[in-house]
Amino acid sequence: MKKDISIYIHIPFCVKKCAYCDFLSAPACDTTIEKYVDRLCEELRRYGEKYYDRRVITVFFGGGTPSLLSAAQITRIAETLKSSFDIDEQAEISIECNPGTVSYEKLTTYKHIGINRLSIGLQSANDNELRLLGRIHTYEQFLQTYNSAKDAGFDNINVDIMSALPGQTIESYLATLKAVVDLQPKHISAYSLIIEDGTPFGKIYADMSLDTDSDTQTHKAEDKTIVDAIEYPSLPDEDSERQMYYLTEKMLSEHGYHRYEISNYAYEEYECKHNLVYWTGGDYIGVGLGASSYVDGVRYKVTDNLDAYLKEQCVYGDGATANVGCAGFEYEDIMPLSVEDKMEEYMITGLRLMRGVSKSKWRSIFGNDMSVIYGDVIEKYERLGLLETVEEKKDVFVRLTRHGIDVSNTVMADFLLDKTDE
Amino acid sequence: MINQDKIRNFCIVAHIDHGKSTLADRIIEQTGLLTEREMQEQVLDNMDIERERGITIKAQTVRTVYKAKDGEEYILNLIDTPGHVDFNYEVSRALAACDGAILVVDAAQGIEAQTLANVYLALDHDLDVFPVINKIDLPSAEPQRVKDEIEDVIGIEAQDAPLISAKNGIGIDEVLEAIVHKIPAPRGDVNAPLKALIFDSLYDSYRGVIIFCRLMDGKVRKGTRIHMCATGAEADVVEVGTFGAGQFIPGDELSAGMVGYITASIKNVRDTAVGDTVTDAANPCAEALPGYKKVQSMVYCGMYPADGAKYPDLRDALEKLQLNDASLNYEAETSIALGFGFRCGFLGLLHLEIIQERLEREYNLDLVTTAPGVIYHVWKTDGSMIELTNPSNLPDPSEIDYMEEPVVTAEIMVTTEFVGAIMGLCQERRGRHLGMDYIEETRVLLKYELPLNEIIYDFFDALKSRSRGYASFDYELKGYEKSELVKLDVLVNREEVDALSFIVHKESAYERGRKMCEKLKEEIPRHLFEIPIQAAVNGKVIARETVKAMRKDVLAKCYGGDITRKKKLLEKQKEGKKRMRQIGNVEIPQKAFMSVLKLDSE
Repeated sequence: MKKDISIYIHIPFCVKKCAYCDFLSAPACDTTIEKYVDRLCEELRRYGEKYYDRRVITVFFGGGTPSLLSAAQITRIAETLKSSFDIDEQAEISIECNPGTVSYEKLTTYKHIGINRLSIGLQSANDNELRLLGRIHTYEQFLQTYNSAKDAGFDNINVDIMSALPGQTIESYLATLKAVVDLQPKHISAYSLIIEDGTPFGKIYADMSLDTDSDTQTHKAEDKTIVDAIEYPSLPDEDSERQMYYLTEKMLSEHGYHRYEISNYAYEEYECKHNLVYWTGGDYIGVGLGASSYVDGVRYKVTDNLDAYLKEQCVYGDGATANVGCAGFEYEDIMPLSVEDKMEEYMITGLRLMRGVSKSKWRSIFGNDMSVIYGDVIEKYERLGLLETVEEKKDVFVRLTRHGIDVSNTVMADFLLDKTDE
Repeated sequence: MINQDKIRNFCIVAHIDHGKSTLADRIIEQTGLLTEREMQEQVLDNMDIERERGITIKAQTVRTVYKAKDGEEYILNLIDTPGHVDFNYEVSRALAACDGAILVVDAAQGIEAQTLANVYLALDHDLDVFPVINKIDLPSAEPQRVKDEIEDVIGIEAQDAPLISAKNGIGIDEVLEAIVHKIPAPRGDVNAPLKALIFDSLYDSYRGVIIFCRLMDGKVRKGTRIHMCATGAEADVVEVGTFGAGQFIPGDELSAGMVGYITASIKNVRDTAVGDTVTDAANPCAEALPGYKKVQSMVYCGMYPADGAKYPDLRDALEKLQLNDASLNYEAETSIALGFGFRCGFLGLLHLEIIQERLEREYNLDLVTTAPGVIYHVWKTDGSMIELTNPSNLPDPSEIDYMEEPVVTAEIMVTTEFVGAIMGLCQERRGRHLGMDYIEETRVLLKYELPLNEIIYDFFDALKSRSRGYASFDYELKGYEKSELVKLDVLVNREEVDALSFIVHKESAYERGRKMCEKLKEEIPRHLFEIPIQAAVNGKVIARETVKAMRKDVLAKCYGGDITRKKKLLEKQKEGKKRMRQIGNVEIPQKAFMSVLKLDSE
């Protein structure tokens, strides 16, 4: 039987960069995009030669805004994909789209080329919050996109929403949640806004890390209302932020969504298969600018530099001849992972899942008992009530408690091993 | 034999920045010891730290030959002196090695606090002092006013003072002539037993200790067995010589009136204490030169390696520094919070900072330093007295009869508009006003008695900021006085952090405690639980802050492309923890220990 593999295709273009976005994405002209698609297809073909013995179980078009590509461009990529790889009939093929960039026609094209899952970025049902985020659409436009998708025959749809937004109140957030559950999408990703360095928000809300003093927050925000001449309100205070966070799970579970990952909720059987591959140590290829692959225990990363990526003549690096899994372009970084790296990543990603990390699966991968490596850490955090070990279906799982999720970085950081080579 | 009539031993005294080092450079240059090209910026300040701070830490000595207008050649020995109050004793010994002094006064700024302190010190040593007015080419120069001021305030003749610009080489000839004519020649007895004053010493890994000395009487040459009157050390002289610019020039003999060096394979500068008298072991002098004092540390603090594993490195570094610095004291101590380290004694805060900087720069050590403190005298009920340098060693209050703290007499010179502000500052620092003299219409000299522990942290900074930089300041130790002192303890999550304890006056305890808690609240990151930070005196909590429990520390997204990046974030988080000190369940960043040193800066 063929081994499974997943494919991630990165489209680093968008109409306009959002104020919170730290993803590798920027607006670009049509010729650049066209050239980019050429390069993507070449990369896919190379990978196809390398992984002719694999069966593709999921494909994910992410961005940026993949829906920015024309119907012809996305078709070209999909056809290259199909001719280069053995794609499972049941494969989950997702694309991210943003309201304002997809027409009904484009959606039917998606359907036609085999895409069977849509992820639509809504973020908020409140137009003022959308404007502050730098989104290019209104809630009404989202609804049009959502309904067009339904009309085009899409059933498996995810909607992205965010909490802890500037100016957001518990009421406005509840309204967003309500609006979304009323649409009954199969999947909801609910993120708590993270202020990232290097983004406009990073500047506006610099050193406004969560603090309970809401007075000082307002004051600080007033000092920095310069970007884009928009009046930026303060971020919700810590109490409200936490309340929104807890309300998310409460409200979504009341409407039949189960939380299966820190920020992901779905109806039964509608978890995102592609993302589960990331969280369970599965093999995946990432193509496109800055994309990461993880195959046979080796991580590859494509350059972040668009010019380098688009170079007319792309020289194949040593990887092409060496018997490793990458496509062999010189713009790839090869990062072999040590067994410690793999164990760390297995825990860090696995603990994001509500079901936790399976001890028996750990044994089958690493050949030892999880407690040999992590017994002390697990015990420490069990004592603090942040981790729990539970028996389920004849297996044992280690997982974060509800409280543990809130401070999961602290817990996960302790799963990093002291490297001997340092 | 060198004719003493042709020797001039002198030093230059000045307030900081009035141009002392620049004038020294010009003298060296003009007498042809170095060509201009060979001149580094300031030959005499040859330590990095000295150059950067523009101050002289270690005395330097230069011998140069000047052909005077009378056609004779004179040997000029310029003994440079440290320019900071921390090194007052060293200054006094360097002055004792001279026969006269040049007083440099800035033509625009006039007399400042250090000018006075240094000139009085020189006059105390019976030196002939003549003034030089520097920076006369500045637009704001007022030479006549400054001359009058010197006569009025110091009481020395100033009308014929050379008007110079050391920077631009104006008037240097005049200064050289004045040195010849106004500074007396030495009057030593060459035939008397050897009597030489040690005014500095230096450790050299090849030659051992190099003694810098001024011969008062007698002579010394290779092979002479010398005896140090105070330390009792004896050794056979290997080499004698004089000073070039930054080099040693070996000679046959040093004789009365000369300034030079002696090497005798001595292993430690402790054997050649500054102020001690060198004599001939076979033919000793009847009595040692007056003025010798054992160096005493005034300021103490704990120094700990940031990385506990570097403890042996810190010990080695301190050992090496001590070879060359007899005024540096250290002994091993252990702190519950900081692990193994040293309690180090210094002449003052500048000395502390210099040592700290040298440890970090020259020995590449990362240090955690505890709050500097002074030596307290703790009188116990059983009548005994302990000299307390580490607050943690304070006996139980029930055993203490009373405590004493060191007090200094300080002189602050300031323009009249800032008098109120400066008096306010001295008041806050528990100063006792002794008097106020008008130097001129717009400037006064304030005299205060101040507890040393009130001025060692940041008094100088506060002084500068409250006088917009105009106030100048000098002090000397007066003695010990009884005082209402308490130990302020800091509890983090109800555990006492020994490294944060300090001794403070009862009246300031509440204020200091409150600020300390506030500062620590900023520095200690949130933990999984709430952390009370308390300041306590005698077990009674006087201030409290709380570091709230961490409620959110979670990555919202972590997909395929994020894993490496997010893992790096977690690694950073973990690394950050490594740089913290664990007290009970709480991790305290190292910089928290230092931040409490700057409590008054805001």
